[in-house]
Amino acid sequence: MDLFEYQARDLLASHGVPVLPGGVAETPEQAEAIAREIGQTVVVKAQVKTGGRGKAGGVKLADNAEDAKARAQDILGLDIKGHVTHKVMVAQASDIAEEYYFSYLLDRSNRTFLAMASVEGGMEIEQLAVERPEALARIPVDAGKGVDEAKAAEIVDAAGFAPEVRDQVIAIAVQLWEVFSKEDATLVEVNPLAKAPDGTVLALDAKVTLDENAAFRHAEHAELADTAAADPLEARAKEKDLNYVKLEGEVGIIGNGAGLVMSTLDVVAYAGEEFGGVKPANFLDIGGGASAEVMANGLEIILSDPAVKSVFVNVFGGITACDAVANGIVSALGILGDEATKPLVVRLDGNNVEEGRRILAEANHPLVTVVDTMDGAARRAAELAA
Amino acid sequence: MSIFLNENSKVIVQGMTGSEGSKHTQRMLASGTAIVGGVNPRKAGTSVDFEGASVPVFGGVAEAMKETGADVSVIFVPPPFAKAAVIEAIDAQIGLAVVITEGIPVHDSTAFWAHAQGSSTRIIGPNCPGLISPGRSNAGIIPANITQQGKIGLVSKSGTLTYQMMYELRDIGFSTAIGIGGDPVIGTTHIDALQAFQDDPETEAIVMIGEIGGDAEERAADFIKANVTKPVVGYVAGFTAPEGKTMGHAGAIVSGSAGTAQAKKEALEAAGVGVGKTPSETARLMRELVGA
Repeated sequence: MDLFEYQARDLLASHGVPVLPGGVAETPEQAEAIAREIGQTVVVKAQVKTGGRGKAGGVKLADNAEDAKARAQDILGLDIKGHVTHKVMVAQASDIAEEYYFSYLLDRSNRTFLAMASVEGGMEIEQLAVERPEALARIPVDAGKGVDEAKAAEIVDAAGFAPEVRDQVIAIAVQLWEVFSKEDATLVEVNPLAKAPDGTVLALDAKVTLDENAAFRHAEHAELADTAAADPLEARAKEKDLNYVKLEGEVGIIGNGAGLVMSTLDVVAYAGEEFGGVKPANFLDIGGGASAEVMANGLEIILSDPAVKSVFVNVFGGITACDAVANGIVSALGILGDEATKPLVVRLDGNNVEEGRRILAEANHPLVTVVDTMDGAARRAAELAA
Repeated sequence: MSIFLNENSKVIVQGMTGSEGSKHTQRMLASGTAIVGGVNPRKAGTSVDFEGASVPVFGGVAEAMKETGADVSVIFVPPPFAKAAVIEAIDAQIGLAVVITEGIPVHDSTAFWAHAQGSSTRIIGPNCPGLISPGRSNAGIIPANITQQGKIGLVSKSGTLTYQMMYELRDIGFSTAIGIGGDPVIGTTHIDALQAFQDDPETEAIVMIGEIGGDAEERAADFIKANVTKPVVGYVAGFTAPEGKTMGHAGAIVSGSAGTAQAKKEALEAAGVGVGKTPSETARLMRELVGA
């Protein structure tokens, strides 16, 4: 789960990382009130989970509270790369003497964590890594040992921080590690980490990604979820504990197992090329069990998607044999009754497949077509959606 | 031969008394696996009756190993307790720890991976279906009745795609099929399995299944080019996955331009690996290679 900047800032502040005073506003009036409290020049920043806010006009300075209200008026509702701005952060503006970069992230390739730091902050880090790799220190962090003051000093010195800020950055590096480890983050990035003219080092912008698998030990993280931005179908699927992702196509997909479902999407898109570019409408993994109830919940969500014109149910009967899956489909259609209105192409393979196909044939549901192979079924589903 | 698991493997189950653990212990026993014990500190000294076997419960992994000679542990322990369970298995110096549990925080899997470095324990998973050496032993949740012993080795991030590919090639059979798991941090990698299949005289050809996220497939491609002389075919899932969305598996996510299926396919093809557009086409490529 990616956090908004204001959420990341609050999380950093709660672990002692120095940030400037500010708050989040959903209306121009709220922005005005925050600016009045700060009582000096503020920066009004669009809260969207994408880069390039400044160029899109989503970051503006305001000299006073009235000005902050006007700037918030401009920015709220702004579409930045497809992300509509619903909130702005209003924070005390700071003059910047120098900009640095600091992050901790999961290094999948090396199965460990990585600290990255540079005294050349401000620009996109991907750009810095390509253009001036020597300016970016990359120091592995042992998952068992973490970052203490000595490790922080190693990182800070590798990046070449000047003596007058070294101690401050070391302290911040330890605090950021606390955020990273105690909050179960997979990314904590501060860009820029800035030196103000008075020499104080502050986190001026932050990105944090939290590990949703760790939700069981962070009940408080549930409040950080951005329910407003979630697709309504995705939100309903989540309520029913379904692993669903909305896509842009016309063929609804249900399958069991993440890999098989990803593969199903690909095979449908591939088959769809022949039928005017028909594409999969969603990802939905109903898991190994594939019970009737889960099948019904899944079908209900997919059939309520107005973009869906046909549905492809692609199940490999492994742990649950095909006869049980076929019974699940038949009962699911029974539960849905008249709500089921779109053609279903079903492909079953694996354990007890003959019995599964026999059950579907016997049920003889007018909407259901059984196709023996995955490729053939994908083709038929694409054809029906064209 | 087979890799990592054979007819002499003695298997214990951590989390055997839970619902998933007991269901799959029954299935493993039915497929002929030598299940010699379960681990649950609160039920030590008892035993659990399965169809055809009574399996003793031990208080810890070390005790279970001492009493039974176990060398493999299959772990079904729920996410909040999984890290401690894996570390216990590592500390007991078990040869193979197969972590089935889905939903383990990545800080925990990274911690137990770090703990395993320099130890004698191989970790498979987490968030994986385990591995099967058909006709010999089955450690995990892979259905045992899909196929038989044979000459193909299979390594995959995905469970159901493993089953699908075993089914497609069921007449040829498999030496070992391993699901390495769909999490961002896993123990045994494609490369580890490729090396073991290369060294295994029974394995004549290898199927490698990958998916979006990370760069494991690209690294495996480099490894194949330099080290694998046996024929390899590949399949990659997730060409249609949008950027920034997790597709079921915690590790299956395209971040920016990194981790795309296209890049993985190109890397494999550059290493001389035939990559199928669909699972069926991949199976056909394998048939051409082994002449079956």
